[in-house]
Amino acid sequence: MSFRYEIRLSGEGGQGLVLAGKILAEAAAIYDEKNATQSQSYGPEARGGASRSEVIISDEDIDYPKAVNIDLLLAFTQEACKRYYHDLKENGILLGDSEAITQVPEGKFQVYRVPIMDIARKEVGKVMVANIVALGIISSLVKVISEEAIEAAILSRVPKGTENLNLKAFKIGLETGKNLLVKSEA
Amino acid sequence: MKQKNDQFEVKVITGNEACAEGALAAGLRFFAGYPITPSSEIAEILSMRLPAVGGKFIQMEDEIGAMGAVIGASLVGSKAMTATSGPGFSLKQENLGYAAMAEVPCVVVNVMRGGPSTGLPTLPSQSDLMQARWGTHGDHPIIALCPHGVRETYDLTIRAFNLSEKYRVPVILLLDEIIGHVNEKVIFDKKEKFELWQRETPDVPPENYLPYKFTESDVPPMVSFGKGYRFHVTGLVHDETGFPTNNSEQIIKFLQRLNRKIDRYADDIIQVHEDSEEGAKIGLFAFGSTARSAKNAVNLAREKGVKINFIRPTVLWPFPQKHVARLADQCDCIIVPEMNLGQMAHEVEWASAGKTEVIKVNRIDGEPIRPSEILDAIMERV
Repeated sequence: MSFRYEIRLSGEGGQGLVLAGKILAEAAAIYDEKNATQSQSYGPEARGGASRSEVIISDEDIDYPKAVNIDLLLAFTQEACKRYYHDLKENGILLGDSEAITQVPEGKFQVYRVPIMDIARKEVGKVMVANIVALGIISSLVKVISEEAIEAAILSRVPKGTENLNLKAFKIGLETGKNLLVKSEA
Repeated sequence: MKQKNDQFEVKVITGNEACAEGALAAGLRFFAGYPITPSSEIAEILSMRLPAVGGKFIQMEDEIGAMGAVIGASLVGSKAMTATSGPGFSLKQENLGYAAMAEVPCVVVNVMRGGPSTGLPTLPSQSDLMQARWGTHGDHPIIALCPHGVRETYDLTIRAFNLSEKYRVPVILLLDEIIGHVNEKVIFDKKEKFELWQRETPDVPPENYLPYKFTESDVPPMVSFGKGYRFHVTGLVHDETGFPTNNSEQIIKFLQRLNRKIDRYADDIIQVHEDSEEGAKIGLFAFGSTARSAKNAVNLAREKGVKINFIRPTVLWPFPQKHVARLADQCDCIIVPEMNLGQMAHEVEWASAGKTEVIKVNRIDGEPIRPSEILDAIMERV
């Protein structure tokens, strides 16, 4: 059976969401041999301003490259969460940074509030890699892209010399995600 | 996980990257431009890639200068291109007219964003459709191509160069912010060879060369500066020698040939993708990124048992009048979705000559038209 999986990564400009989206698309399209598109919407500002990056993954041709019925929404800011949760589908996943998201919208979706920024800052050592920590968590929660594919895509995409830092961020994200699943099943 | 393959290369790239790569594959050796969102990546990539293949990249003082530089480069024999968006496209119009008048092959990429003026710099639009046709003054020939995906952007960029060389005409490649910035899976066959057309050169010695000679094809052979041939290039109406004329007979002869050289080859230039069903009474005409929403809407409608005749042109100018006229004969209505207030619908109305109703679906807020909006328009007619 054919499938279409929609991911929206949202927050502010400068948080690396476009790069994270591109990594997911490359993981699915190049390493997992599926179809994928990644698109973005951002304001005229270089930093700040609402930013969203969308990834569609499918085993068929992707006509419409934008998200309309979202399976997973990542929100790094309250503003993005408020603005974008409406498109989440029933039983979809809302993954939010727990420092930023204080008001959780109500709806028939699974909510995970995780201190992503804090993990990046304290456990990995650089808040800049919060996007890669998020990819690790997403990798645990989402089964349409393989862990190996995401890891390979991260390594081919991040700047030279930062591979170990990003790999560490990804692994910590993966563990965090797996613990979330254990908790939610318990 | 997939392993490397020798023949096929799988990439995830944007329309802007595909445009830059397609231009290089077409033989681009000169780019002049001025950065502007959402086209800047084309310039950025070519600033790195062109010097590596012996080409030249110049960031000019503004868009007017960039267009002038492109014309100059083409006159010395380089395949030349510039890339811009709405406000820059407005500035290029004067020299674009010069290129049309002096019959200088070149490619102008316009990655459309919301307008008018500086408008919506980061958001998509399809509102430069008429500017692509009539942005510069006077009766002039032009070709405009419009892809709906990343791979097609690569292919149509090559075609843009081929058409400009063959007909000695500026060719406009209309992308929009969605196509320019969307990352999409593209498979390249490393063994694939593209047919590349070069401008026809004269077979006469310099003393017999007439740069604007009337020939059977209506496209005069063109020589590059620096090859020992002397000729005059002007924006004034000129005769076969290239020098200005006010002679009525010469003016008429020249302007008719200038425009006829595209009109008479329109059937060879125009390309449309037709997806028809026997007995369908609903027509749909969509281009660029909106065609993707339309394609999705067609699939959804067909799941409901609704028959649709869908036309997606990749050449917007010259306009595919015959195809639209046929669609108007077959259907009770033609739905035209577009990210503007109805520029394409206006042209479809003209081509369908009152034989069918033209229904507009428009968006002007920088958001793409959703498939459901087109599906709603379809279902209203069922």
